[in-house]
Amino acid sequence: MKEGRPRSFYVLAIFFAAYVLFLYGPMIAIYVLSFQGPQGGLTFPMNGVSTFWIAKLFQGTGIVDLGAAFRRSLLLGIIVMIVTVVLSVAAGMAFRRKFKAQSILFYSAIASLIVPSIITSLGISLEFRIIDDLIKAHWNENFETSMGLLTSGLGAHLTWTLPFGLLIMFAIFNRFDPRLEEAARDLGATPWQTFRHVVLPIILPSVIGIGLFGFTLSWDELARSSQAIGAVNTLPLDLQGLTTTVTNPDIYALGTVISAVSFTVITLALGTIHVLNKRQAAKGSDAGKGPV
Amino acid sequence: MSEEVLQQATPGLLPGAGTARAAKPTRLSPSFISWLQAGPMMLVFLAFFLIPLVFVVIVSFWDYNEYQLLPALSGRGYTDTFEGCIAQLPDLCTIGKTYVMTLKLCFMVWAITLFIGFWVAYFLAFHVKSKTWQMGLSLLCTIPFWTSNVIRMIAWIPLLGRNGLVNSGLIKTGLINHPLEWLLFSEFSVVLALVHLFTFFMVVPIFNSMVRIDKSLIEAAYDAGASGFQTLVNVIIPLAKPGIVIGSIFVITIVMGDFITIGVMGGQQIAAAGKIIETRVNALQFPAAAANAVILLAITFLIITMMSRIVDIKKEL
Repeated sequence: MKEGRPRSFYVLAIFFAAYVLFLYGPMIAIYVLSFQGPQGGLTFPMNGVSTFWIAKLFQGTGIVDLGAAFRRSLLLGIIVMIVTVVLSVAAGMAFRRKFKAQSILFYSAIASLIVPSIITSLGISLEFRIIDDLIKAHWNENFETSMGLLTSGLGAHLTWTLPFGLLIMFAIFNRFDPRLEEAARDLGATPWQTFRHVVLPIILPSVIGIGLFGFTLSWDELARSSQAIGAVNTLPLDLQGLTTTVTNPDIYALGTVISAVSFTVITLALGTIHVLNKRQAAKGSDAGKGPV
Repeated sequence: MSEEVLQQATPGLLPGAGTARAAKPTRLSPSFISWLQAGPMMLVFLAFFLIPLVFVVIVSFWDYNEYQLLPALSGRGYTDTFEGCIAQLPDLCTIGKTYVMTLKLCFMVWAITLFIGFWVAYFLAFHVKSKTWQMGLSLLCTIPFWTSNVIRMIAWIPLLGRNGLVNSGLIKTGLINHPLEWLLFSEFSVVLALVHLFTFFMVVPIFNSMVRIDKSLIEAAYDAGASGFQTLVNVIIPLAKPGIVIGSIFVITIVMGDFITIGVMGGQQIAAAGKIIETRVNALQFPAAAANAVILLAITFLIITMMSRIVDIKKEL
């Protein structure tokens, strides 16, 4: 950097900083407000500092049964994460060769990403209603419903997380060197050994990224859950329900708790990715480091 | 199950290379393996996306009464939706007004996210030279995307509310005497929240297009005597166009179908395309909801086709 930076750098740097402030500022405001004193209201100034509202959430004396919704969201998020990782990696491997229906799968994924969520959600709810009606008419009159967290709800979330997983896999294999696999094969590795000991370790950091997307997108999902989740609510749905009725800071406390989970997952995932990358850099290749 | 699938991931093993396995010649054909690998994902999309879409179309032509679906062919879902559209001419009917409102919100959000997204991506791609900084700053923009949208919406309440920071600040400085009412639960707050939530979808594809631009092209333009503005208009924008189009498709389709942000930030008072569907579902008028979904899908599809004429999406990923 011998020559000074151009003026446009400083203008855009200020613009960027303003954007970041715009992104984070309001969120930080509610995190601070969730530590309002017991007499505090929905806005600044702070009326003392306490963990009153957060504690209230966990006592279950608040408006929603936080514990149950929390466990449901967590369970769904973890299942969505696992399914997203496994199916994305498998499909990503498939896309490295030509196969029939390749473009059907690709366009399904893209369409699933951009068709408005409310339409997908409505469609899933209609599908399950019709299945219910069929079961009631032909097999069991007392049948309640097949809709639920781990049927229609899980499906709805997967239509949102799988496209992201697949696109990340494309990005991974765009810069993957197939010669590494050939080398493994030449050395006598079985296909599974090649995958397990060569491909997987290399793509692992990005696979963890897919897991991060899978969990966080599910954990915070709202639009697709809205019609398709069945009788019970996830945590974001409860939170949305609160926005119209609540007049004290427990809504912020709930927001802070949900965010805390998101941030924990993000930190864990990014930390793991960082460690893996470092290990790869340290142990990866000895090419060009002189004769062994 | 996936282990078995992946076990067959790399076929074409040299004969005799894996001695243990060569004894059992259970070689699967490559196309069968591809099916095993891609099949599960295809099934999920089939069961939870493609078939549901078909049901939306079918149910939109069904009849209904106060409390249930009647599987008989009927155009009632559509006629109810367009009720009064001809009678009230030249005034717009409800659905017409709703779509005008939705498109208006859509256009405003699109224009603002494009402006912010373009310059944020430009800064990251061209002004941040070190890879570490580039990664760190991109991550800074991505982290809010991994947190809850509802929280990012309600986060505006303490700022924009009647007694919020903005109003009390303005009153203290003497600029206004009464709190501004249009700051929250208004079109303004809806657009603000949508921009806040979805600029990310603009930044990522534009940034991806920009980092792929060969820096020597920009130097060449500079050497040939182009001004910074000329380089921007004649070199950078055309080369970043795929990212701009993909980002625009994302933002437009999200806003077209949005009902949550418009609901929460509009104080449930603003009608929009997605909100009609929600309202109809809540009234258990499924065929009418489905008819509205079909209309929304058609309009969204039209917009995407128009935009994808400009770039080949598949080539850009």
